[in-house]
Amino acid sequence: MLKTIAVRRSQGTQYIADLRGAVPAGFRGKPLIADTACADSCQACLSICPSHAIELAPLRIDLGRCVLCGDCEPACPSGKLSFSNDVKLASTRREGLVVTAARAHIDPVQVSAALHQRFGRSLKLRSVSAGGCNGCEMELNATGNVNFDLGRYGIDIVASPRHADGLVLTGPITRNMAQALDICWDAIPEPKLVIAMGACAISGGVFADSDALDRSFLEKVTPSLYLPGCPTHPLTFISGILDLLGIAG
Amino acid sequence: MSLTIPKPSPCALFSGQALQPLPLNDFAALCLQRLQQGERLLSLFGRAATPADAGDWVLTAVFLPPEGALYVVRGQARRGEHYPSLSASHPAAQIHERELWEQTGVVPEGHPWLKPVRFEGERQQHMADYPFFTVRGNEVHEVGVGPIHASVIEPGHFRFMCHGERVIHLEIQLGYQHRGAQALLLRRPAWSLTPIIESIAGDSAVAYAWAHCQAMEALSGRPVSADTAQSRAVGLEMERIAMHVATLNGLATDIAYLQAAATYGRLRTAIINASQRVCGNRFGRGWLRPGWARSLPTELRDDLRKTLQGFARDIHEVNGLMRSARSVKARFVGTGVLSPQAALDMGLAGVVARASGVALDLRKRLPGAYEHAPIATVTAPTGDCWARMDLRMREIDASVTWLLEALARAPGEQAAARAPAAPEGENAALAARTLCVSLVEGTRGPVLQAIETSDSGGLLHHQVQDPSLANWFGLALAVRDNGISDFPICNKSFDLSYCGNDL
Repeated sequence: MLKTIAVRRSQGTQYIADLRGAVPAGFRGKPLIADTACADSCQACLSICPSHAIELAPLRIDLGRCVLCGDCEPACPSGKLSFSNDVKLASTRREGLVVTAARAHIDPVQVSAALHQRFGRSLKLRSVSAGGCNGCEMELNATGNVNFDLGRYGIDIVASPRHADGLVLTGPITRNMAQALDICWDAIPEPKLVIAMGACAISGGVFADSDALDRSFLEKVTPSLYLPGCPTHPLTFISGILDLLGIAG
Repeated sequence: MSLTIPKPSPCALFSGQALQPLPLNDFAALCLQRLQQGERLLSLFGRAATPADAGDWVLTAVFLPPEGALYVVRGQARRGEHYPSLSASHPAAQIHERELWEQTGVVPEGHPWLKPVRFEGERQQHMADYPFFTVRGNEVHEVGVGPIHASVIEPGHFRFMCHGERVIHLEIQLGYQHRGAQALLLRRPAWSLTPIIESIAGDSAVAYAWAHCQAMEALSGRPVSADTAQSRAVGLEMERIAMHVATLNGLATDIAYLQAAATYGRLRTAIINASQRVCGNRFGRGWLRPGWARSLPTELRDDLRKTLQGFARDIHEVNGLMRSARSVKARFVGTGVLSPQAALDMGLAGVVARASGVALDLRKRLPGAYEHAPIATVTAPTGDCWARMDLRMREIDASVTWLLEALARAPGEQAAARAPAAPEGENAALAARTLCVSLVEGTRGPVLQAIETSDSGGLLHHQVQDPSLANWFGLALAVRDNGISDFPICNKSFDLSYCGNDL
């Protein structure tokens, strides 16, 4: 009993009161593109990028592909690229995830009145890892821990697709998981939504070129929310989903 | 270019005569001889033959003798060629022979259970066609679980053959996570592979990246400084602590001991957030690149030490609570026993083997960066869920002690703030016709990577192997004769990697 009390005391108060305002120290987040000229015919960033996230003329980074590895930063001879600790990377539109020098911010998450009305006070999600490396999976678990405590908003992960309002997809969708993903999606009752978590789910990420993937699921179903990152930081997940559902907090 | 590596080293180079392939039967006979001498088969893999090679495949077997350096045996084979299976007399070879057969079509004659490991290539999407092992009897029934499991976890299928609630046999079917990672590694410039390597098993990013960088550095004759190696070891021990705490969190959750689970949850947060302050990522991504690692200046060392001191105090308290709670003992003691003999026979490695009394830790056996700052090897004799829990607690303590000492030393030469740009042209050259075997003792056990170069110094083959590959069968053995309701705690106490197995 005394040990229990001692552990409880040491625990203190752990929850982050302002999840939208929290800034993770040291996090390598949203890329920043300086408005300077590229060196002549330089393709250094393009060739180092592991996930084809960069296009040139003008330089643009697709956060749906970017794994935030930061390797383009030292590769650039013109010092055009850097990374901030901004975790607000979510968008409701796939095209909204592209940043350029002129367009430094991704499209803000569009609050859906319908989703707010239906799920604003309770959203139950089923997770499917379809080739995830256990990075996004562990971060998704972390959203429910005592620090992030996403459950305070009625947003929880559930065990059965029959209990779920939506599906959180992680991983690039392997051919060997494609069928199980379809079955799980079909088992979730309408109305339902998909959230694409991490660069792998959004675009295939570093595995996009693999012939062991089958991404046809995303041709049938369009995600309601894209959550970039590799893995997606819990604060990216939380701020994105609170914005989508129009939850003040 | 100098290719000398100080011994004892977790990284070995082979070239010239050492790479000459033997005919398949001679290869198998030599492998058998080494196994009979008590050497450990670490890996067995094939790569497609080049025009200069005979046959369709060149085979490599990597052995770790009880003492001395790593050793490789090379063979050549045609597709569909047969050889006498090593597994028939040495079960430790079973998973390696299955993988080799799946990838090359070379058949181990007499293998007791020739099943695809990950249903790759032409077998993709044919997992449902596989005939599971069946147990016959009037009251025997089967329980199938997965690939999608109840919690947020990677996919895999477990097929239990039960009598009542007692598990007679468990067949584990993996491969759902197969992303074709190894093939991808040959399609990009060799010096820019680390972000992909970090994504193969994202919870072991530092161990994977280190094994890869170590191989690239050896093949290019550019050993890193002691300070760079120390920074990597700091990253690796932080990763080990974080992952062991994640397992303890899972074990507490699986027996509904919520207070301990909540405490482990926030303690892991403290460690991974500290890693993020070093390298920008909670999973250690970007901590190291070929030839480079994050520098640890005085203020960062003080920050890490302060974090670890607070962590050490609190984890000691919650571990004490776990160890003394009767409900924890009732669930874990004597549950999921894996005997020391079984662990040895099956070639198991890492935490799982050490919890069954096998004192193998590469940080001691092939110390490399740990040579001048040894870390304690921890073992437990009982091989049950309790042993695997307790071992993790003690490995956390050993890592914290090691880190506090390492971080108390004055920082040495500081690395550049940013990773160097990938070398180009002549600077990017690797030793030609060379095989490098590189090992790092990650959280789960030895992470192996083997890189073979072509005549022109390009990548010919990049083998990646997670310690989970061999260890999954240990889980199948451990649950025999246990209640099926104890499977979750058995599984969590092993805490193996799905994506690391499936690649």
